[in-house]
Amino acid sequence: MSQAFRLSEGGGIDRAQLVTFTFDGRRYQGYAGDTLASALLANGVRLVGRSFKYHRPRGVVGLGSEEPNALVRVGRGGRVTPNLRATQVPIEDGLVAESQNRWPTLDWDLGAINSRFARFLPAGFYYKTFMAPAAWWMTYEKVIRRMAGLGKPPEHEDPDAYEKRHAHVDILIAGGGPAGLAAALAAARNAKETGKRILVADENPAFGGSLLNGPAMIDGRPAAAWVEETVAALQALPNVTLLTRATVFGYYDHDFLTIAEHGTFGAARQRLWKVRAKKVILATGAIERPLAFADNDRPGVMLAGAVRGYLHRYGVRCGDTMAVLTNNDAAYACAAEAKAAGMAVAAIADLRAEPGADALTLAREAGIAVLPGHAVAGVSGTKAVQGVRLRKLNAAGDGFDGPAMRIACDLVAVSGGWTPAVHLHSQAKGKLDWDEDLAAFRPGRRFGANVSAGACNGTLDLAGCLAEGAAAAGGGIDLPATGSDLSGAPHMLWRIPAGRGAKRFVDLQNDVTTSDVALAAREGYRSVEHLKRYTTLGMGTDQGKTSNHHGLALLAGATDRAIPDVGTTTFRPPYTPVTVGLFAGRDKDAFAHPVRRTALHDWHVAQGAPMTDAGLWKRPQAYPRPGESLNDAIRREVLAVRDNVGLVDVTTLGKIDIQGPDAAELLNRMYINAWKKLPVGKGRYGLMLREDGMVWDDGVTMRLAEHHFLMTTTTANAAAVLQQMEFLLQTQWPDLKVFVNSVTEHWFAAAVSGPNARQLLNKLTTDIDMSNDAFPMMAIRQGTVAGLPARVLRISFSGELSYEVNVAADDGVALWQAVLDAGEELDLTVYGTEAMGVLRIEKGHVAGPELDGRTTADDLGLGRMVNANKDCIGKRSLDRPGLNETGRLQLVGLECDDADGRIPFGARIVAEHKDGAQDQLGHVTSIAQSPVLERSIALALVRDGRNRHGEHVYAASPTADGGKGAWARVRVTGPVFFDPEGERLHG
Amino acid sequence: MLLIPCPHCGERPENEFSYGGDGTVERPTDPAAVSDADWHAYVYRRANPKGPHVEYWYHQFGCRSWFKVRRDTHTHEILPLEDETS
Repeated sequence: MSQAFRLSEGGGIDRAQLVTFTFDGRRYQGYAGDTLASALLANGVRLVGRSFKYHRPRGVVGLGSEEPNALVRVGRGGRVTPNLRATQVPIEDGLVAESQNRWPTLDWDLGAINSRFARFLPAGFYYKTFMAPAAWWMTYEKVIRRMAGLGKPPEHEDPDAYEKRHAHVDILIAGGGPAGLAAALAAARNAKETGKRILVADENPAFGGSLLNGPAMIDGRPAAAWVEETVAALQALPNVTLLTRATVFGYYDHDFLTIAEHGTFGAARQRLWKVRAKKVILATGAIERPLAFADNDRPGVMLAGAVRGYLHRYGVRCGDTMAVLTNNDAAYACAAEAKAAGMAVAAIADLRAEPGADALTLAREAGIAVLPGHAVAGVSGTKAVQGVRLRKLNAAGDGFDGPAMRIACDLVAVSGGWTPAVHLHSQAKGKLDWDEDLAAFRPGRRFGANVSAGACNGTLDLAGCLAEGAAAAGGGIDLPATGSDLSGAPHMLWRIPAGRGAKRFVDLQNDVTTSDVALAAREGYRSVEHLKRYTTLGMGTDQGKTSNHHGLALLAGATDRAIPDVGTTTFRPPYTPVTVGLFAGRDKDAFAHPVRRTALHDWHVAQGAPMTDAGLWKRPQAYPRPGESLNDAIRREVLAVRDNVGLVDVTTLGKIDIQGPDAAELLNRMYINAWKKLPVGKGRYGLMLREDGMVWDDGVTMRLAEHHFLMTTTTANAAAVLQQMEFLLQTQWPDLKVFVNSVTEHWFAAAVSGPNARQLLNKLTTDIDMSNDAFPMMAIRQGTVAGLPARVLRISFSGELSYEVNVAADDGVALWQAVLDAGEELDLTVYGTEAMGVLRIEKGHVAGPELDGRTTADDLGLGRMVNANKDCIGKRSLDRPGLNETGRLQLVGLECDDADGRIPFGARIVAEHKDGAQDQLGHVTSIAQSPVLERSIALALVRDGRNRHGEHVYAASPTADGGKGAWARVRVTGPVFFDPEGERLHG
Repeated sequence: MLLIPCPHCGERPENEFSYGGDGTVERPTDPAAVSDADWHAYVYRRANPKGPHVEYWYHQFGCRSWFKVRRDTHTHEILPLEDETS
């Protein structure tokens, strides 16, 4: 069977180019220009998927993005994409597609047993299951997950690249059907003088929209020719950009829209357009509605407009013999054209007692029998339609009169009227008005710089679409047109009578039936948003494009309300599903976020140092020697600093340059301590609060000149501190004469620490007097080190004699190498962040884990720093009663009783070693294995900790050791474990 | 994505900015003289109106200006600042 359903001529496909693809492992052929759906239909393939819940056999229903059933998994390996609509996948040689939600095969699916148990899977099934004992859910869940669901995600990383483009346009036109093209023509004409930028995007491979679905005449030419000429004319204009396979999927604030474009863009297959438009013309068309009759989900039940579209776009017959069920005139054209193309049309069943006169004429001339006031009472066939039963409706439309006529057919073309695609209008926060004639919502009060034109505005006739499109773009062109698209007002029967137990599907993708909606209404779900969540109606990849309307109408009927009183669910982006890769674009892996590297980065890496993240910075943890463990390396590095001399890269600390006559005043207001009397050439440790009184940041700030300071911040808060200072200076204290600027990036900084630090630096500088008297603690000196211009600060984080040498970032490598060379005979040791952490914990210096946003200066033992004679940010909050009560968590040290024991990471502090609940006294913030004390130590925040020095408590972690839990008996001490008098750093 | 009018750079997309909260809050000039209740209100209490809202924005990835914007929190319309001192 090779394309047995392909017409001998017609359609926009390229018959010269045969394309071979596989579906569920079987090879098929189609033509270039086919979609997967049209090629499968051409090959007579009806069964393309299994439904979500009941695993019912399903076939293609629609023509484009509205398709609820024909979801396929396309591609291989990392290029697999699940849940693609077969109606929008262009075929290409070697394309591999698979059906979804079936096991083991599409034809023989075990899950179909669910159909037999449908009464146990009612609306709200999930929620009701949750009410069973919770433990059962764990069992249900595994089974249900296998049975219910859509496509499987890819197993491999996506190798494809994705692009992003930004566009600023004067006019964006969403949709390139008759209204969109007319708008583009008018816009181009009216922009001739101004050169305004126009962008037109259509989700389909070719422009034309509904004009491709059937014969029509525009401006004296066949519509197809008009489309071709119009597109060619627009393409020739430099100020017009045309995009196909490009879905405008999101309409966000301030006329910002997003487009997902498919194609080939260099290495990329998809491109995200971020468009800011001065004006938006929405020409997104309308979506045909199905009808809710018994077994309306059988493969072969299709939308009439889609049947017509396959005929004219692809030259494909969707069946041999067709029955039509309609409630409006549009489907008559489909029937007549299908018959002209050689298909048999058994009958047109029209829900209306009186079909339109033009429609009846068309049917009579085509020789097609019309049954007014009739409906489909049932469909025979499971994996493909084999026939229908037609019956006359009673006057009320809620039952049948008379006997059933059995008609053999393999295709049922259904038209329930047209629903304007108001998605983008609604995403832009526009309101909707109910239109009784259309039996649909259409755009009402709009919001943003947009206007809806054509079918998405509820205008269904061709001439009207063209006129509205042109008018939306300023008019000035006249496009007379005639088309065969009859569009009489639909006669809505939201639920067509059916026998007991027959399923009438409202939402094919989520297997929601008319009874599910009725049940939800009986159970009190009156809100359409609740209906959606409870029944899953309108969820999934199609977001109810063909089903929402029926759902809310049935809910209105079941709750005795008018449809506009029920309203619609909120329309949210995206209009059709988009891949995550599209949003990521090139911002992945190394480009996911910027990486900050110090001047020494390559050197650290070359030493084999494991690198760790500190915010965006990369820092070396330690420098293990060959065969040395990380812990041994840390211990060696710490001891080298304590006993000899070490070198560490400390570039990452934030540095803010502060200049101006009010610089000292600004520091006074930012820090809790006083700054005005700090002499030039000296530095001071400062503590900054948030306005609520909690400690925020700390660091040493140096006075370089009377009106010039250099502030250091923690690595983490560098940007936030600058932002806060800018805020205060610009909005609260604009009278202060001071400028602040980040200079973190400008400097390379290395600390030389240890008893032999002075000896080492003496070898490297001739113009800085390094003696203890000339260069005291907390002083800053400018001069040269290793011949490089440098600032040298005598500060210490390690508790040892220590100098921080700052040189221009570009001189960093030269300085480092010079220090290494000079240090060789002193046996200089390079150390990393881990050793730095151990050194600071031994000295009881606070860092990020202690500055957790809940500690005050007093909690940290730094209460004496608060200057009583001035205000600063956060000081007033220190009067809050809660901050002055006993029982606050205070910083203490913990020493493990057992010299071989370990204080667990993140442990809770408790009084007793016992199982079960007990009062928590605090928690461990930082732990270290101290080489000096030869035991495990920690900093901790403990309730009234300063009064507990000497007490023994327990550090317990129920999650330590892979969930086994761990305990350590510890002694509470002061936070400074080593050299509490600070003799070493002043030496 | 909002278009935010930076007084220095003109209209720029939202992702160049940081939000800075209620623009009507002024830091008391003499915090020591402020009652506990007023200080509490300054630190913690913020109106959450549906409608026009004067707020601070920071052109973080631009000129680093802090400035006020009057934005309708319901529609995201940027409205004229009625009174610069408000």
